[in-house]
Amino acid sequence: MNFPTYRQQGLLVAGGYPLVDMMSQIFSNERDPLHGRQLPVMYSSKSHGFFSISGNLGTQYIQAVGWAMASAIKGDTKIAAGWIGDGSTAESDFHAALVFASTYKAPVVLNIVNNQWAISTFQGIAKGGSGTFAARGHGFGIPALRVDGNDYLAVYAVAQWAIERARRNLGPTVVEYVTYRVAAHSTSDDPSAYRPKEESDAWPLGDPIERLKNYLIGKGAWSEERHAQHAAEVEAEVLAAQKEAERHGTLHSGGKPSVRDMFEGVYKDMPPHLRRQRQQAGV
Amino acid sequence: MPRMTMIESIRDAMHVTMAADPNVVVFGEDVGYFGGVFRCTQGLQQKFGRERCFDTPINESGIIGAAIGMAAYGLRPCVEIQFADYVYPAYDQIVSEAARLRYRSNGDFTAPITVRMPTGGGIFGGQTHSQSPEALFTHVSGLKTVVPSNPYDAKGLLIASIEDDDPVIFLEPKRLYNGPFDGHHDRPVTPWSKHPLGEVPEGRYTVPLGQAVVRRTGAAVTVLAYGTMVHVAEAAAAETGVDAEVIDLRTLLPLDLDTITRSVSKTGRCVIVHEATLTSGFGAELCALVQEHCFYSLERPIARVAGWDTPYPHAQEWDYFPGPKRVGEALLQAMEG
Ligand SMILES: Cc1ncc(C[n+]2csc(CCOP(=O)(O)OP(=O)(O)O)c2C)c(N)n1
Ligand SMILES: [Mg+2]
Repeated sequence: MNFPTYRQQGLLVAGGYPLVDMMSQIFSNERDPLHGRQLPVMYSSKSHGFFSISGNLGTQYIQAVGWAMASAIKGDTKIAAGWIGDGSTAESDFHAALVFASTYKAPVVLNIVNNQWAISTFQGIAKGGSGTFAARGHGFGIPALRVDGNDYLAVYAVAQWAIERARRNLGPTVVEYVTYRVAAHSTSDDPSAYRPKEESDAWPLGDPIERLKNYLIGKGAWSEERHAQHAAEVEAEVLAAQKEAERHGTLHSGGKPSVRDMFEGVYKDMPPHLRRQRQQAGV
Repeated sequence: MPRMTMIESIRDAMHVTMAADPNVVVFGEDVGYFGGVFRCTQGLQQKFGRERCFDTPINESGIIGAAIGMAAYGLRPCVEIQFADYVYPAYDQIVSEAARLRYRSNGDFTAPITVRMPTGGGIFGGQTHSQSPEALFTHVSGLKTVVPSNPYDAKGLLIASIEDDDPVIFLEPKRLYNGPFDGHHDRPVTPWSKHPLGEVPEGRYTVPLGQAVVRRTGAAVTVLAYGTMVHVAEAAAAETGVDAEVIDLRTLLPLDLDTITRSVSKTGRCVIVHEATLTSGFGAELCALVQEHCFYSLERPIARVAGWDTPYPHAQEWDYFPGPKRVGEALLQAMEG
């Protein structure tokens, strides 16, 4: 089970989660799988091994460890993966996760996506005097790896290794993926206020897709033409999904989640006080 | 029928649920090998093994965070926070995570966890072993909050809480662990073995969440109380001779409003008592509800007796604690006019 942050939608896409459902959540429309209760990119899909994203930073890292502990308690072979950003490693829950993972040898992979920025603050603010984020693992006696996060094959190899360790019940692994947040933090962020434009233009570590493409072309396994064709196919698929999602409405027009739904799912069974409030709201 | 202290009946509740459901796990600080600082989990590790009852690092956020992950896997964790005063490091995990998981995932993931913690004063514990933080939990959508007042209820409510599919905050008034306490701190301690509610059936039974009970019937004034204050209120009624009806709320959320309104509509007077500080305490919510639902039956303003709005003091414990004298005065005042 993955315990992702808002940066891991790729896990859902790779796992075959319908793009239309993702976009419907972004539009908060009548097809939104979470009925409008959660922010657009905070997805949840148990059947895709994707835990409900909270939005509170760091909280889910220790939950991943708990999930892995439960799997071990049950003698199960399933493993968990925690995900966290460089900035959020400063949260107390990061340290809670590492001490629990270390004490109980939980079958969990603790991923740190170091994209070097936490909104406007550079990684040094969270890292302090520690040489790397991976080194945090060593303090807890947890094997830790640091990898070029924009090298597809290196990422794949390291992840395989850590996953294999967890599957064989050899304990947790910390993996730091060094990457770069080339875009703004979010759609409401303007990085020009805190970092030089040349930095993102230079794209430290490079575009991982471009790098993989060049590698495969060099190996004779791919070509510019196939790449262009593939990119066009993917774009068409995304646009078609967007059109389909829009048919179910957007936050501002068309089909919406019901107001009645706002009162559902707070508890398994609706307690009397919520029932009274729902009546009061007239739904 | 066996007689138990509240410690024993709480332990028995965990024993019963762990035996019945292999998904129930129990953990917390000093909970495993030693059996908890109040001995509530004593013997559970020997009986059920170190994977079902174990010690944790001293990290409350970690305890609740791990419990949430375990619950998402399919376990039913019943965890102990050593004192309610130490729950704050875990508050974010409780409020932002456990309480909202079902809602935000549309039922995809749930957090059926029970968080047990000793609460309240009366043991000279000062500001770090005496707090009553129930209102911090009743204010949070998605949580249930339970406060038992005796061994019989404690066992039945704890079994119901562990079996419940939503997160439950289970506050155990520590001054009641070994005997009923009516607030007369200068008198000899009475044991549960002398109290009818110290009789606790063996095996599984539940006291359903959301049901209050009338502890003392009366016609003159309704007293709303929970935990230790139920016993204080009973003593105050007996000592003043006021014909008070004492309601033990047992569950603060969901609240049994029907039992409250039925009583206040009958008596026309209402005194609310709790140990927690007055301002924005659970009594404020009760006061508002009684006003909203019983306004035309009320003969007098609703009164609140609570802890003063100070941190819980050490040496001045008995000046802080709303004992039978203060509650008695409020009862007599409620009868004026
Ligand atoms: C507990 C908490 N504090 C603050 C925020 C506000 N916030 C959202 S994202 C963010 C930066 C996170 O940086 P990082 O962990 O590096 O992740 P990135 O966005 O770079 O992937 C902050 C401060 C939050 N969501 N939760
Ligand atoms: Mg970052």
